[in-house]
Amino acid sequence: MLKSIRSIAAADAKLTMAHMFVAFTALLLGATAGLLQTLVRSGKVTLPAGIGYYQILTLHGVVLGLVLTTFFIVGFVIATQSKTAGEYSSKERKFAWIGFSMMTAGVALTATFILLNEASVLYTFYAPLMAHPGFYIGLTLVIVGSWVEGFVIFHRHAKWRKENPGQRTPLLSYMGVITMLMWQIATLGVAATVCIQFIPWSLGFTDTIDVLVSRTLFWYFGHPLVYFWLLPAYMCWYAIIPKIIGGKIFSDSLARLSFILLLLFSIPVGFHHQLTEPGIDPFWKYLQVVLTFLVVIPSLMTAFSLFATFEMRGRELGAKGLFGWVRKMPWKDVRFLAPFIGMVWFIPAGTGGIINASNQMNQVVHNTIWVTGHFHLTAATSVILTFFGIAYWLIPSITGRKLTAKLNKLGIVQTIVWSVGMAIMSGAMHWQGLLGGPRRSAYSEYAGNADTAAWGSYQIAQAIGGSILFIGMVIMLVIFINLAFFAPKGQEEFPVGTVADIAGPTPKVLENWKLWIGVTCALILFAYTIPFIDIIQNAPPGSPGFKFW
Amino acid sequence: MHMHKYEKIWLLFGTGTLLVFLIVVGISAFYMGNQPPSCAVTLDPEKVDSTPPFDETGLKQIGENEYQLTIVASAFNYDVGNKDKLVQIPKGATVHFNVTTKDVVHGFELVGTNVNMMLEPGYISTYTNTFDKPGKYTLLCNEYCGTGHHLMTATIEVME
Ligand code: HEM
Ligand SMILES: [Cu+2]
Ligand SMILES: [Cu+2]
Repeated sequence: MLKSIRSIAAADAKLTMAHMFVAFTALLLGATAGLLQTLVRSGKVTLPAGIGYYQILTLHGVVLGLVLTTFFIVGFVIATQSKTAGEYSSKERKFAWIGFSMMTAGVALTATFILLNEASVLYTFYAPLMAHPGFYIGLTLVIVGSWVEGFVIFHRHAKWRKENPGQRTPLLSYMGVITMLMWQIATLGVAATVCIQFIPWSLGFTDTIDVLVSRTLFWYFGHPLVYFWLLPAYMCWYAIIPKIIGGKIFSDSLARLSFILLLLFSIPVGFHHQLTEPGIDPFWKYLQVVLTFLVVIPSLMTAFSLFATFEMRGRELGAKGLFGWVRKMPWKDVRFLAPFIGMVWFIPAGTGGIINASNQMNQVVHNTIWVTGHFHLTAATSVILTFFGIAYWLIPSITGRKLTAKLNKLGIVQTIVWSVGMAIMSGAMHWQGLLGGPRRSAYSEYAGNADTAAWGSYQIAQAIGGSILFIGMVIMLVIFINLAFFAPKGQEEFPVGTVADIAGPTPKVLENWKLWIGVTCALILFAYTIPFIDIIQNAPPGSPGFKFW
Repeated sequence: MHMHKYEKIWLLFGTGTLLVFLIVVGISAFYMGNQPPSCAVTLDPEKVDSTPPFDETGLKQIGENEYQLTIVASAFNYDVGNKDKLVQIPKGATVHFNVTTKDVVHGFELVGTNVNMMLEPGYISTYTNTFDKPGKYTLLCNEYCGTGHHLMTATIEVME
């Protein structure tokens, strides 16, 4: 019998695993809903038993966009923190469990009202569609619970700093702190609209709601939300992959700088989701578009650093020429392959994002299925494949098991199946969107004109892609369950990269939190104060609630 | 902070491209007037039917081959001024759209054109488009508004 050796303390592993179980349950539910959506949209299938299309679409958006991502990320950062900044104290752990319980209770509450068809408002719950108050209260619990866990993560980082005065903090711990910091600052907006506007209104304490204020607060949160998904993937790309390929992190300070820039430029930009809305001055829309595009700079830095790491390692192994490194990479190691494929998908995905955010050009694609195609590349491919890539070593590593050769191979199959399925589904979504096909829509023949009739074949292609993706989901769950319960006991590496010798020292200023939080707040105030006052001062009469489902 | 020479070149090139791009977008928006729909006029969403111009929906000629098209959206309907939900305009017509919603948020997308805007209760959404190509253009709702969301539609026909 092999000995089981965990890479982090057993109690911390348990905490992370609790998050993982919720995350992978969400994957099961969400991907099943996703398959049904594509089937309905093909026009060949109708849902049984009075289940509504928009009910399952709400479920899909909530459990994949909000639950899977948040639980996976918090669980992952809890683990990297324990690994790099030290085991949690029993008090920290207790708070983390409190946070986890709040989040889970919140998910259960929200899901209940979706399943009761009391909340078919989609995951963005735009007013004045009004769901059952339980839906909003559940979401609040998820957010507050994540704050509690975020503070535990901050506390651990601060503790490490205190115990190691004057030393550079561990890179993964630093990145985990920025990830959660962005989340805390961003969720203030959605917490404000839910607690001040939606909950009193849905309980009947207030008669009307200010729609544009609620949308503005939502999108103040909505864009950093997508960067909150991306940052943990960047953690893996920057700080974990170098170790997996046997190389070094290209530069510690550039990695930190790019995280700081992502923090600064991903919050004061929500108007790029509101470009076609009335009531917002076009000057402020353009200003936020400019701020949006500043994330191009850290993105270019990231691309450079990652490929520099690959090339450095390739040359170490004797590669010659510009692309010689390609042949030296461990393609048969799923811990590398899955995140790498995710990274490659980020190139078309990011290009699509640039198109979406291009101010007036947004009109061509706004609310078309192109947008859905776009974020199934960013979130559901780049990010999710990287998360799967993390799960392959994280789960066995903290539960004291091994990623076997067989499971590794199955992981490679999973990566390919997911990529093929997504290429078909997302590709068809992009094309149909350019032809005007709307998102968030069940099958329809509209007025029977030729323009809408041309979409049929794209919707069939989406159903084919969706079916392949569903198989990919099943494979992933088989791997997950095996890694969590059945893989042989042993020791699996928790890869943590080290910095290359040629990288210079890291400037102290990158760890000056007061400064960076201050600059973040200043940018937010700059981008939002005047238009927000404008929106409130020129507000039309508020709206009562509607239940149109 | 130490930065590799190639990285400096890479970032300089990237940032330069970005700058050019933002200037082009800015000139197109502010100098050439290609702004996204951003009308700031408000009204009482409960009194849409009695607020001009929405008390009289439909097409109105206001100049030579120039029209104002007033539409009221509600779940799950576009009131374009007639029962057939068909608006016919001559080729080359310039149409000023004036649209609002009586209830929840709706979308307003004219397939195959740049007409694509959000309708929000209490706000008027406006956009101007010139129709040079004859044919039938489907108007549809591209923001979720309830169970009948995908059934909200009308047609604008550009006549030869
Ligand atoms: C089996 C895999 C999946 C399939 C077949 C699938 C399918 C779909 C389809 C067809 C839609 C659009 C429906 C519409 O606009 O009418 C959609 C929306 C969406 N999907 Fe997925 N998806 C999958 C995986 C994922 C994953 C992994 C994520 C997140 C990480 C995700 C997040 C979303 C979100 C946030 C929406 C938007 C919902 C809304 O507009 O309210 N999906 N999905
Ligand atoms: Cu965004
Ligand atoms: Cu609609």
